[in-house]
Amino acid sequence: MTVQAILIVAAALIGLGVYGTLSQQSIVMLMMGLELIINGVLLATVGFWSLTAAGLPEGQLLAIVAMAVMAVEMAIGFALVVAVFRRREVDMTDRLGTMSH
Amino acid sequence: MSWADAIFWLLAATALLAGWRVFRTDSMVRASFFLLASFIAVGAIMLMLGAAYLGFATIFMMAVEMMVMALFMVMFMMNPAGLNPMSMVHQHGLAIVAGLVTFAGLGAFALSVDLPSRPLPAGAEVTAPLGRELLGPSMLVFESAGVTLLATMICAVVLSSRSGRFGPSDAGSVPPSIDPTAQEKS
Repeated sequence: MTVQAILIVAAALIGLGVYGTLSQQSIVMLMMGLELIINGVLLATVGFWSLTAAGLPEGQLLAIVAMAVMAVEMAIGFALVVAVFRRREVDMTDRLGTMSH
Repeated sequence: MSWADAIFWLLAATALLAGWRVFRTDSMVRASFFLLASFIAVGAIMLMLGAAYLGFATIFMMAVEMMVMALFMVMFMMNPAGLNPMSMVHQHGLAIVAGLVTFAGLGAFALSVDLPSRPLPAGAEVTAPLGRELLGPSMLVFESAGVTLLATMICAVVLSSRSGRFGPSDAGSVPPSIDPTAQEKS
């Protein structure tokens, strides 16, 4: 288990997330792509922390910040889905051509 | 190949396969559980890397998060159970190329850069130093994340609530007119 192997797996997860984020029409599915990207970022961060930083506590702190970003993304994303659905009855990105109401 | 390597590659394959199936399954609820499987596999890799706190935190946090996600899928999706074949994608070719370029670019970085090798010392205590770091030198960062989460909760309630204390949240608002003087006249 080398740091290169972990970074390759993380890169593949981020690539899958980029594919999902760009290809999905549903806003909730798009958020799943974003989650996968952060999943890869978390793995890379912990890999760096464990194998190249000798367990420096700041490395784990960085991973906790990434987890906080993930929580914020989920909460605001779902709130936006609810707000948009209530206003316009849509949950697809293609039907949201404008931000005004 | 050692046992640790074999388990690592098994978990990595699980994470990637489940991540790929998220966008290839007909059922939206199943998609959330595939994403959960991907996160659990990554959490297990974190445990193997020695990050006990982060690994368990990821697994528990994601279990709850994906349950909420599954609920949202049932609420919003027309096909949550996957009874009909379904593919809701746009700009598919561009998305595939972008994903592959991202993987190739980051993978090339991982293979070409000469990274230092400073592994975690065997038997090292990692959770207690993290706690001391969070409530010591890095308290500002930690508290900033906490305040950000509080602001997120308030924003989420404001965005998703139907009405405020004085009636519907959108009462009285009208779409802006192209003519800037029209709104004043009305």
